[in-house]
Amino acid sequence: MSTPFDLTPVRSTFRGVTVAAVPAAADFDADRWARAEAIVADAVGARPASVQRQLRAFFRVLGALSWLRFGRPFGSLGPDRTLRLLRSLERAPLLLLRRGTWGVRTLAFMGVYGQEGVRAEVGYRAMADGWSGRGGGEPWPDRAGRGVPEDSILTALRPEP
Amino acid sequence: MTDVSVDVLVVGSGAGGGTVAQALAPLAERGQRILVLERGPRFAASDFTGDEVEMAPALYADAGGFLTSDGTMTLAFGRAYGGSTVVYTGTSLPPPERVIRGWSVPGLDAADLRERTRRYVDENNVHLLPDEAINENNRLFVRGCAEAGYTAHQFPVNVRGCRGSSLCNLGCPNGAKQGTHAVQLPAAEARGVEVVTRARVERLGDRTAEVVVEARPEGAKGAPSEWAPGTYRVRAGTVVVAAGAVGTPALLLRSGFGAALPRLGHGFTCHPAFILVGEHRDPITNDVGHPKSLYLDRAEAEGFVLETCMYFPFVTAKNLTGMGPDHERLMRAFPRLQMILVLACDKAVPDNRVRIDGAGDPVVDYRFTPAVVERMTAATRAAARIFFGAGAVRVHAPPADPPLIERHEAGALERRIDARHFQSGRISVSAAHLMGGAGMGRDAGDSVTDSRGRVHGVPWLRVADASLFPDSVEINPYLTIMSLADRVAEGIVDERGG
Repeated sequence: MSTPFDLTPVRSTFRGVTVAAVPAAADFDADRWARAEAIVADAVGARPASVQRQLRAFFRVLGALSWLRFGRPFGSLGPDRTLRLLRSLERAPLLLLRRGTWGVRTLAFMGVYGQEGVRAEVGYRAMADGWSGRGGGEPWPDRAGRGVPEDSILTALRPEP
Repeated sequence: MTDVSVDVLVVGSGAGGGTVAQALAPLAERGQRILVLERGPRFAASDFTGDEVEMAPALYADAGGFLTSDGTMTLAFGRAYGGSTVVYTGTSLPPPERVIRGWSVPGLDAADLRERTRRYVDENNVHLLPDEAINENNRLFVRGCAEAGYTAHQFPVNVRGCRGSSLCNLGCPNGAKQGTHAVQLPAAEARGVEVVTRARVERLGDRTAEVVVEARPEGAKGAPSEWAPGTYRVRAGTVVVAAGAVGTPALLLRSGFGAALPRLGHGFTCHPAFILVGEHRDPITNDVGHPKSLYLDRAEAEGFVLETCMYFPFVTAKNLTGMGPDHERLMRAFPRLQMILVLACDKAVPDNRVRIDGAGDPVVDYRFTPAVVERMTAATRAAARIFFGAGAVRVHAPPADPPLIERHEAGALERRIDARHFQSGRISVSAAHLMGGAGMGRDAGDSVTDSRGRVHGVPWLRVADASLFPDSVEINPYLTIMSLADRVAEGIVDERGG
């Protein structure tokens, strides 16, 4: 297994991006933050070294831009200013800035929506049992062997002419 | 290093390699040694938990996020016993005849491909799901298409005993999908073909392959390799490369074949795609049932295809443009979301290709041509019309700025959805139909192989996967790969005394 990416040096920046991207993350308790960071650290740790270098570099760029634009560290910007900064970067003329922003917001989403508890909170309920798990019937009878039948679902759902 | 001698070596076990493995089984029964090497592990259905964070790194190269060289698109391809057939949705369409004719490959006949396709339709239990198995996400697509003046079609799918988990892209937890992992490879093994997993082919030499078999990492999913971890030199009378449209050109390039084959790596296409989401007032069934049951084929007329789809929360979040409160509000509406996948029919162009870096690893160069951007924009407008036709209250469209389009704006789609908003690096674009890089054709001046997958000037070497496509196939490529691989295998059986 690969070594998890060390988020410690960029923790406040990562959390700032996450709360800007997913406002509900502001209410995360310590367990949820730990889970989010573990998911991201494992995922980035499995990516090529070049990707990890680019990520570290982009976190530094965010820090520098925060000082330049607001005169304070990224981690203390607060959600509104962070979001403004990130939104300007995702539309930046420079592809590198757009890519980097896409990358860090994607990691934020992974840390949040990759958690089982959050998935349940947004109403996602997929399960192996499929229809029967929702109170439906057993597996549908296969209809192979009769060729490709008339698309009855299509006929039934089309409006009357 | 351990030496192994075989008669035929097949690299890869997906739609191409798995098909070749089964088709060569008669040779194995007659005493020839047929070996398949697969880079990924062998999974059991019970390994598939449906957790996207857990399954993506186990099943996909780079967890499904293999980035193109400029970082503006992710490519998804599987690494498993069965290759990408383990992780696709089972959609099974024959190649369009107009496309095969347009490829103009000497010796490749559309009728012959169609006939071969029929065999795999039967073998893989390809059929239309019954009406009662179609969920509302798909039914709304039919209704929306009708309201917008389009005709939807139902995908034939290769499932057996589908329970509607909706988890196809993370491996079917019920073993319903009839990919090569379920059909062709087990049949081949039962007849004497050997399949070795966790085996990475580093390089090919003259009728040899340098192979590294990796140990199963502690705690990892999947079975250990059938061979002891270590390095191997496999000698083979014939080598068939079926490592996918990224893996095959990369392996041939790092093996030094590029000097005599100037087209190697060129002609890469991938049907660039993104997800559109329509929000409804009331909950719909979307995360239960087969996710990709219907499609709208506008390939010939407008250069795009729309398909129903349903993705998992993280993948959905990643693919929605932007971030912040609007994004979060849409995610919280998950049970009310309808999804459509937009795919552009791209064309092979000189700059889009597979190459290797200094370490021999694959690099994919891909730029969105103006034609592709126009097609994705037109497809987005069509999808938005379908969503609103189906009753959606708002639509999230990547090439719109802001991306959320309210119902009262439905009459202004031409203005709201515009190619100028297609800003690469901001919009999430991904592709899973990877094609080309070792295309078929006449000679080394225009291609890498002939119509039977024989590599020009290298009599012992064949290609048998989607990298054979000289251009995009403009529909889901699985059955086309199988029928082409069947032709390649037939040639080998003929040559080797079948």
